[in-house]
Amino acid sequence: MVSAAAGSSVERVWAELATIPDPEIPAISVVDLGVIGSVAVDQDRVRVELLPTFVGCPAIGVMQEQIGERIGALGVAPAVDVIVTYNPPWTSDRISDAGREALRRSGFAPPAPMPTGPLLGQLDELAVLPVAECPYCGSRNTSLDNPFGPTLCRAIYHCTDCRQPFEQFKRI
Amino acid sequence: MTVTTDLDLETREALAELVLSVADDEFVIGFWDSEWTGIAPMLEEDVATSSIAQDEIGHAKALYELLGELIGEEADHIAFGRDADGYRHASLLNHRRGDWAFSVARRYLYETADAVRLGALAHSAHEPLALLTGKMRREETYHLLHAEAWLRRLADASDEAPERLADAIRALWTDAQDVFAPLAGEEVLVRSGMLPIPMRALHADWQARVRPTLEPIAGSLPATAPSLDGRERRSDDFAWLHSEFTSVARTEERATW
Repeated sequence: MVSAAAGSSVERVWAELATIPDPEIPAISVVDLGVIGSVAVDQDRVRVELLPTFVGCPAIGVMQEQIGERIGALGVAPAVDVIVTYNPPWTSDRISDAGREALRRSGFAPPAPMPTGPLLGQLDELAVLPVAECPYCGSRNTSLDNPFGPTLCRAIYHCTDCRQPFEQFKRI
Repeated sequence: MTVTTDLDLETREALAELVLSVADDEFVIGFWDSEWTGIAPMLEEDVATSSIAQDEIGHAKALYELLGELIGEEADHIAFGRDADGYRHASLLNHRRGDWAFSVARRYLYETADAVRLGALAHSAHEPLALLTGKMRREETYHLLHAEAWLRRLADASDEAPERLADAIRALWTDAQDVFAPLAGEEVLVRSGMLPIPMRALHADWQARVRPTLEPIAGSLPATAPSLDGRERRSDDFAWLHSEFTSVARTEERATW
């Protein structure tokens, strides 16, 4: 049975998570990035499910540690488990509108929405979009320089209008 | 949902063999590709190859962790604690990186085979494997597109690139079949839906997919099947790579990072 107190603990955990930045792109919180799958609280422990953006993301361990420390300090339960899961898989559609705006403000083009419909049948269409919107001047007159960028989750573009290189958070 | 502890011994051993084969493939190709870091033909490609290598080693890590839960071992120990003879990667990955055309040819052969394999594993009845490979598949789509782009670029180039590429494809063709080498206990996995499609059917799918692309580049390629020991033959090249990637683990046995 979930008591009213447990409900408010869950809310407190979510509120705290919303203040924890992504280690690689600190402008966006782990909640806006969509990597928090679920939060559950009982009298013994807090359980947070973490959905990695990429399986090999080297920041996963740092995120687990940070989340464990910050949520532990809240004191809503004696123990905190931060569990990595692929159920559901993280996709770039999990980034919130606020998260997309935060990415844009720090010079990243947000990923375009995924095609709708059953995804596994459409993987070939998952190709990097050849055009992204320049986060500096808003132009779509841009070109893909490299589908692989400085971290696993980023691609590199160039804006033909303002001549600025920029990165896109990959659509996946 | 299938829980690891629910599995009988025969199924668990067969599943462990399957997971180990995919993990070792990803691990070894990741290390071979990382040999290009700093010396790829151009800066953009240096970043791309290194990023792909990092993805592959990350996939291997997640697969070794899944395997660790099945057999009760630490992922790090599975990755770095075996002798060279204990690895189960396909013989395609026994070769050192060679020249750029050789690495492009191998990456194309491997990525196309891996895509076919992941397409089946994403529907595995073993849910943790289905979830992980389903997620990997999204990432591998980028690798595949990148490998296809390089194959085209070299095949359509002037001068010696098409010839080097054709030589590499012919040299690797037989060993490439071994990504689909039969696994010990495969029937058990197929029967239980953990491997939804048998290796020989996946192999046929893959051949039908790559021949129309490769034969215009490399000429007629022989009809050939995966060899029975396609995941057991180890080479001097791999022995060298193994000594490289285990060097830290061997000198600092208790190291953590």
